[in-house]
Amino acid sequence: MPKDSGIGASIKRREDVRFLTGAGNYTDDINVAGQTYAYFLRSTVAHGKIVSVDTAAASKMPGVLRIFTGADFEAVGGLPCGWQITSRNGEVMKEPRHPILASGKVRHVGDPIAAVVAKSLAEARDAAEAIGVEIEELPAVVDMRAAISGAAPAVHDEAPDNLCYDWGFVEENREAVDAAIKSAHHVTTLELTNNRLVANPMEPRVAIGDFNRASGDSTLYTTSQNPHVIRLLMGAFVLGIPEHKLRVIAPDVGGGFGTKIFHYAEEAFCTFAAKALNKPVKWTADRSEAFITDAHGRDHVTKIELALDKDGKFLAIRTATLANMGAYLSTFAPSVPTWLHGTLMAGTYTTPLIYCNVKAVFTNTVPVDAYRGAGRPEATFQLERVIDKAAREMGIDPVEIRRRNFIPADAFPYQTPVAVAYDTGDYHATMDKLVEIADFAGFEARRAESAKRGKLRGLGLSSYIEACGIAPSNLVGQLGARAGLYESATVRVNAAGGIVVMTGSHSHGQGHETTFPQVIAEMFGCPEANVEIVHGDTGRGPMGMGTYGSRSIAVGGAAMVRAAEKIIAKAKRIASHLMEAAVEDVEFANGVFSVAGTDKKVDFGSVALAAYVPHNYPLESIEPGLEETAFYDPSNFTYPAGAYAAEVEVDPETGAVTLLAFSAADDFGNVINPMIVTGQVHGGIAQGIGQALLESAVYDANGQLLTGSYMDYAMPRADDLPMYAVDHSCQTPCTHNPLGVKGCGEAGAIGSPPALVNAVLDALNAGGIGVEHIDMPLSPSRVWAAIQSAK
Amino acid sequence: MYAFDYQKAGSVSDALAALKAEDAQPISGGQTLIPTLKARLAAPSALIDLSGIAEMKGIEVAGGMVKIGGAVTHQSVADHAGVKAAIPALAQLAAHIGDPAVRHKGTIGGSVANNDPSACYPSACLGLGATIHSSAGDMAADEFFQGMFATALDAGQIVTGVSFPIPEKAAYMKFVQPASRFALVGVFVSKGAGGVRVAVTGASESGVFRWTAAEDALAGNFSPDSVPPAPAADGMIGDIHGSPEYRAHLVAVMTKRAVKAC
Ligand SMILES: Cc1cc2nc3c(=O)[nH]c(=O)nc-3n(C[C@H](O)[C@H](O)[C@H](O)COP(=O)(O)OP(=O)(O)OC[C@H]3O[C@@H](n4cnc5c(N)ncnc54)[C@H](O)[C@@H]3O)c2cc1C
Repeated sequence: MPKDSGIGASIKRREDVRFLTGAGNYTDDINVAGQTYAYFLRSTVAHGKIVSVDTAAASKMPGVLRIFTGADFEAVGGLPCGWQITSRNGEVMKEPRHPILASGKVRHVGDPIAAVVAKSLAEARDAAEAIGVEIEELPAVVDMRAAISGAAPAVHDEAPDNLCYDWGFVEENREAVDAAIKSAHHVTTLELTNNRLVANPMEPRVAIGDFNRASGDSTLYTTSQNPHVIRLLMGAFVLGIPEHKLRVIAPDVGGGFGTKIFHYAEEAFCTFAAKALNKPVKWTADRSEAFITDAHGRDHVTKIELALDKDGKFLAIRTATLANMGAYLSTFAPSVPTWLHGTLMAGTYTTPLIYCNVKAVFTNTVPVDAYRGAGRPEATFQLERVIDKAAREMGIDPVEIRRRNFIPADAFPYQTPVAVAYDTGDYHATMDKLVEIADFAGFEARRAESAKRGKLRGLGLSSYIEACGIAPSNLVGQLGARAGLYESATVRVNAAGGIVVMTGSHSHGQGHETTFPQVIAEMFGCPEANVEIVHGDTGRGPMGMGTYGSRSIAVGGAAMVRAAEKIIAKAKRIASHLMEAAVEDVEFANGVFSVAGTDKKVDFGSVALAAYVPHNYPLESIEPGLEETAFYDPSNFTYPAGAYAAEVEVDPETGAVTLLAFSAADDFGNVINPMIVTGQVHGGIAQGIGQALLESAVYDANGQLLTGSYMDYAMPRADDLPMYAVDHSCQTPCTHNPLGVKGCGEAGAIGSPPALVNAVLDALNAGGIGVEHIDMPLSPSRVWAAIQSAK
Repeated sequence: MYAFDYQKAGSVSDALAALKAEDAQPISGGQTLIPTLKARLAAPSALIDLSGIAEMKGIEVAGGMVKIGGAVTHQSVADHAGVKAAIPALAQLAAHIGDPAVRHKGTIGGSVANNDPSACYPSACLGLGATIHSSAGDMAADEFFQGMFATALDAGQIVTGVSFPIPEKAAYMKFVQPASRFALVGVFVSKGAGGVRVAVTGASESGVFRWTAAEDALAGNFSPDSVPPAPAADGMIGDIHGSPEYRAHLVAVMTKRAVKAC
């Protein structure tokens, strides 16, 4: 019988009751007494010199409190970048200043030039229109190849060639890789684009700054995945506010997908302006503003070469990637195409030699940073695409070529040639499961049935691995991270037995309020209902590094387990006193302390009460109270892996792709709540389908975003998605975290795009249309164009 | 949005009177106009709401015609038993405009008056040989639509209804633009007393048009096989969703499919 409580139970999400009945408390739902409104006047050109900004007339308009320009922010810091990459030649990356409001130049459409604070939003907007802005437009650079050609305008004077860094990994392997490729039996080469995406969380970004003149404290309410990180970055690097004078609250957040990790100018602006005006200042992005200010994702152009021997064994991989940084370095942008990407190029395979070169490029576009998967989808996409192409070229079945190269189950822990060491995995097991749930055996019959209707049916697969549960602090520190990546938790058992867990992991759709109590319920033998999760407020929890990189249960959950273990250890000592037994003899199970071999027992609630009403209590040796904090820093990443398959039908007349089935066999190690894990995979796959078939942020040559609304940016909708077959019964538990868990939040978005593209190419090639590659999104017009050029 | 006055008109004559004010503009479902206002791309002095005008709200099926009032929503057309029986293609067209919110607010009058080059209704009007009823009189659809976003109406004039002759058979084939799900190419084909009509939306830079080469071929033999090869790509819309060549190609494919579905 399935469990109905604790680890492994598919408990319904308690947070959904408030979300689905409109009782959520999002940042825009917060209104502070006396609140004023900010409106940003944004650049409509991609590149230009600011000749003048005349606010005189606008400042006199009704309701206007003050108009801020770049000059007001010259004395404070720019938006900091949290990761430094070192180029092959030993130089550190170019890190141009990213001002809160543009100063001197605008560098992308959406760059803020001025900000009006007024009594109402309409008045702020009216005044913004009355600001006289003179901009001398400069030629813009959008295309990455053009940007680094030497003939392009420079986005920043500090980087005249628009190169942020030129990274090689593993540099010591470079010559060996070149030699292996030169002498290989077969080399498959593929050039591809990983399309630029806009994250589009349902809730746009919001910031409210509030300043308390009495205490001198600042509070920022913001739509963030990591309020503590915002407090650190904004307090220490931008505004110079010590942490004890700054509170950051990220209440219910309506989706993040990475783009709400970063510290944005509007957050610093509202905090700064609230103090300057001694009034709360609120800003709410509208959707159009989100398109041109939220950090975008992906945007890589890659050439990959795979060398194979005559049996299809992988000998070496060489890649050259251009990665778009946009106009400024967003918080974690430099890490995405490097350490979150190059380290994944071994995939699930034994390839012994790997070399990646990544050039990060400045362009006159919105900054690009982490988006669900961040670097790992880009790695998986190129690898799984080039493998499929190699299989076709060498006449090897795509399942078979992967199996020939899988790291065998008995080879773990496995040291890859790209720095990371996988702790556990069984890639044949997930492939076996995939072949079963996607019914590979029945595919040819289904293909024949489609053919009767004039449709081309295809089956595509991918085998992915990702490194998540980010990350060991000492390791990432060596790699250039300017932050630690531990997590913390406080477990407070109250006198009457109610339990509060304060965690640094932020929940914005992941369901922590449901899964974290399941772990505590399992450990303490209590109902989940006794456990409350507090997160998203630097004033209420200890330090937190936040939620991204599928790290919540693996790192935040582990910190909570460590704190709970301390609680149990202390409670045992209290129980040993109450039962007059030696602490070594005290056992704890199902919420009851007992003494082995006796009928002595005391329940958890009585121990908690004794801790807070310490009448019969060894005060000389044990402090009263029952509250413990733990910090957990992982010793390695976790490595979820799996195999995905897509089954599609292509209409050769129109190029339209219909997704008929999608199957996912994942290994997430131990699973706390299978239903929530399934939901995470569903959501990830939906975003992968979006990237593969629909979504694309397109700029014209002048740096205007052509896809600045849902009229042109195609989001996946329910009827674009088939029913999924999702399985996570293959489980090789993580060996280095206390729960044996691996992250599951990004897998779906990582594994799915190559499966989809491989499926479409299978449909075309099997249908006699020789097409080697189509860049995402595989829109009908692109598929049709590929069919035409194959004819 | 900029501030504006708002008036809910009780009758067509009320509305016309109110629309005499400088920069006053009619609003029906607001599905096109409200987003434009929110982006501050229009600054009307007053919005005259047509959605409550009783004389613009009925649907009549009589005398070989389906007459739909200008303020009738897409959903009402999609659900109307008489329309479904008389011109099922028209009900289906309405049922596939936008999403439920759009269909419950958006109106045929608003759609026809707006004449978006990718909108669905204009192709039905042209493809069925409809008559557009307006405050400036009745006009044949062939005269009414005058290129992208342009119609025979002047400012201050309104569409009060549309009458569609009931054909022998008709079908609408819409190939959606992936993001907006408006028609990337939509083709409305009918065969009736007035002969064969083939109207194309979404494709041309000049807005909705009749593909007369196909009409002529189909008049001789109404079968998918007689649909001519794709029209010239010249003058077709090219954008990130499809080249002129692709659109031209789809015109032929969708015409064939529409004929087959008739
Ligand atoms: C998400 C979305 C998806 C859509 N998808 C489709 C689609 O697939 N196919 C499609 O055809 N359409 C689509 N539409 C457009 C929709 O059908 C609109 O409702 C329609 O185009 C306008 O009708 P309305 O009643 O909302 O007009 P409004 O927005 O009120 O007005 C539009 C314009 O027409 C004027 N106007 C309104 N009524 C009249 C009248 N009776 N006489 C004269 N002028 C008038 C207004 O002044 C304004 O300029 C979509 C819209 C949205 C928002």
